[in-house]
Amino acid sequence: MTIQFKDETFHDDYTFRNSPWAIQRFPFPFHEDSYMYSVNLEPHLSLRPGSVFEKTFDVDEHYISEMKDRARVLANDPLRCQSLPHMTLAGWDLVELIMEAKARDYPDLFELHRDGDHWHWINKPLGIEQRFTFLDDSTLPCGPMEYITRQAQGDFALLDQREENLWMDAGMVTTQADWSLDFDIGMNFYEWHAPVPLAHEMGVFQRALKFLLNLQQGAPYRRLNWTMTVNPLLDTSPENYHKWGVQKTELTPENVGQKQYLRVELQSFFRLPRSNALVFPIRCYLIRLEDVVSVPKWGRRLHRVLRDLPVELATYKGFIRNRPMIVDFLSAYDDGAPTSPGIFPD
Amino acid sequence: MTRFQFPKSIASRPVYGRLTARPGSAHLMVADAEGAEALLDLAAAAPGLMERAHVIYLPKTTGATYARRLETLSPAQLYIGPSYPAAEPRLRKALSDAHMGLQVYLAGTEGLMGQAMREAIEAGIPAGAIQTEHRGSVARRMQCVHCKGITEDVTTDPFVCAHCGLNLFVRDHYSRRMAAFQGVCIDAEDPGDVPPSKELYS
Amino acid sequence: MSAGTRKIDVTVTDVVEVNELVKRFRFERSDGGEMPTFSGGAHTVVEMRDGDVTRLNPYSLMSDPRDRRAFTISVRRDEAGRGGSLYMHRQVRIGDRMVLSYPVNLFALDLRAKKHLMIAGGIGITPFLAQIKQLSATGGRFELHYSVRTAALGSYAGELAGRFPANVHVYHDDQSQVIDLARLLDGQPLGTHLYVCGPKGMIDWVIRTATDHGWPAEAVHYEEFLAPQSGKPFEVTLASTGRVITVGEHQSMLEALEAAGVDAPYLCRGGACGQCETDVVRHEGHFIHRDHWLTDDQKTCGKKIMPCVSRFEGKSLVIDR
Repeated sequence: MTIQFKDETFHDDYTFRNSPWAIQRFPFPFHEDSYMYSVNLEPHLSLRPGSVFEKTFDVDEHYISEMKDRARVLANDPLRCQSLPHMTLAGWDLVELIMEAKARDYPDLFELHRDGDHWHWINKPLGIEQRFTFLDDSTLPCGPMEYITRQAQGDFALLDQREENLWMDAGMVTTQADWSLDFDIGMNFYEWHAPVPLAHEMGVFQRALKFLLNLQQGAPYRRLNWTMTVNPLLDTSPENYHKWGVQKTELTPENVGQKQYLRVELQSFFRLPRSNALVFPIRCYLIRLEDVVSVPKWGRRLHRVLRDLPVELATYKGFIRNRPMIVDFLSAYDDGAPTSPGIFPD
Repeated sequence: MTRFQFPKSIASRPVYGRLTARPGSAHLMVADAEGAEALLDLAAAAPGLMERAHVIYLPKTTGATYARRLETLSPAQLYIGPSYPAAEPRLRKALSDAHMGLQVYLAGTEGLMGQAMREAIEAGIPAGAIQTEHRGSVARRMQCVHCKGITEDVTTDPFVCAHCGLNLFVRDHYSRRMAAFQGVCIDAEDPGDVPPSKELYS
Repeated sequence: MSAGTRKIDVTVTDVVEVNELVKRFRFERSDGGEMPTFSGGAHTVVEMRDGDVTRLNPYSLMSDPRDRRAFTISVRRDEAGRGGSLYMHRQVRIGDRMVLSYPVNLFALDLRAKKHLMIAGGIGITPFLAQIKQLSATGGRFELHYSVRTAALGSYAGELAGRFPANVHVYHDDQSQVIDLARLLDGQPLGTHLYVCGPKGMIDWVIRTATDHGWPAEAVHYEEFLAPQSGKPFEVTLASTGRVITVGEHQSMLEALEAAGVDAPYLCRGGACGQCETDVVRHEGHFIHRDHWLTDDQKTCGKKIMPCVSRFEGKSLVIDR
């Protein structure tokens, strides 16, 4: 199908909306009626035509608007994109990975022509055409990671591997669930996850790290993560928390269905060939509660998950103060009927 | 008593040890205020170490108490300076002249150790190879995550950012690169509702 | 997840006798496509169909990581080994079809290093050949000290010294030339990383000397592939099915599991990567741990084994597979 790109905003007047197509392909993150941390990794293989799991890097109707929002955030705060000097090679690996995948998966939207190290890239939705020399920084308008991630939805963290650990040494982070790249850059896997409650004690990060250290070239993996956000605000950054935090007080029983969003991250993990680094794309999908409950299975399940979530997690995910109102809204869509296993609509 | 036992915290929060002499071609020591006690203990435990040591010491409010005693150790080089910013060019020069095998010992407040460690890492020493020992004040170097300004010597939670004036709460999340803990607006969701300030670890 | 890495079907396109002990092999994709790129220090696992035995041996990639046409490896003939290198030397011919794994790097450069100091002994030169190609293409600063038995057995020593006369130093055992390691280590600028690949004795010597000279462990990198060693046959029981598998004298436990059709994970097959770590459910007897992966505590507690290189002697062993 041809994607109908939308012109919409993720701030101030919040004109973002999901089309019926986007709702039915939304990556609902709960495969059962309860939630606890797990190392829920699966191979990042093409799954279900039309789903967000079909392509290596999913492109949807929000692509152009999300890229405009990224440019806006970067203009306001250039520190959202940083790369320590030794990560430039990993940035080039990422250029290759994304360009090859997009040109292969969306040939009507993206083209990549290569003659040795002379590359010619065409991005039709954004109207970009670039000829450059692969691995020659001087032939791109900015660093390689920044160049390509200004043209790819979702955040990207580049992780250097050394000392039996992963180090977040570069990233493009403008659609984050309340963490600061500028603060966390240079940290190792345990350090940047330090604020996450409960999971350390459960050994989740130890197991996840061990898995990721052995991640192989050509064999990417993925998982889903989630949180809750008031308004379709992509940039829930700590930097601007003093500005957006107050929006949490604006929920009422009347508007909670429209203003409260479920925020899902499709996280994937790739080994990069030249640098031996990992890239960790974190793609954010937003859906308001009203649209969640339009799928009966999802309405029932989200009600049960949020109602029964441990307090620590509801606090960490930032919706503890509004949980009663959210659960109350969702309860109207839970008739107690059993739900089918798995994340997809019935 | 200048030693403080920090309660167990999250994985990004630095953990300090006790300085011990390690084999190496040269020894660089940086300390402030009561941190001198750790160097004195180190020198007592490792005779001969000071002959190959370059000591950078910032007495802060301790006056001549420790400076005199450090002088009697006769380190190969001893610098006593008024502040970390004043000492930083000297520290950088020492690191840029050094070879592999240099041992780095840091002692005193978290702010001093953090900043000196940042320089040593930048010069190419792995963080895990740099020894630290906390002594003296539990004051913290805080970064305001909103305006990015650093407020030095924070001893209360919450505190007011010295740059943008927001009321910030003190997190244990720590960045080696910033040499600072993270301060986050405490009343973002309830503007004006700021709890009374408490001394850290009180 | 399935065992090992993605595989590549290749054809042998060149076999060169480098000297009386070493042969070089060149592999290209049988479907004419491009090989994956890789990072200097990576290895590939070569599958050898030797009669009814399948051998899987890791070899460092020595070609230019940017060259997508082919992978090359060098194999030193080991008369006392279990036969993998002899198979490569005696059986493999131009035109043969073989299977390689995707590259895996357990000996990567630390790209933050202000300088890379490399110490090689004998066939341990191979990962450095790729690393040097990578560094010289990107302007990285490196220095290689390469110890060989004789000039005739010094694989690639001549071309390296010719191409990088200021960076490469070759030492000949038969002329009593030895690396003055202590002096070398003391003179390096802060931020130098040290890499060593060669015989076990050399690796131990370099690590020990570096430690004595105050080098941080984080700045010292080494790669030693252990070949599985022969030993007394033993039996292992799979907890999931109760099936009993016999590990033969010249077989590793991992190879015995694979031969029995058990899907067991692996990457390096040399006791280094940790991928094949297996939980021990019960045992009566003692382990012969030979890996670099498990900690000393784990080795003594008897709850883990690395089936790629370690063995067991005793009455019974039950593993969680």
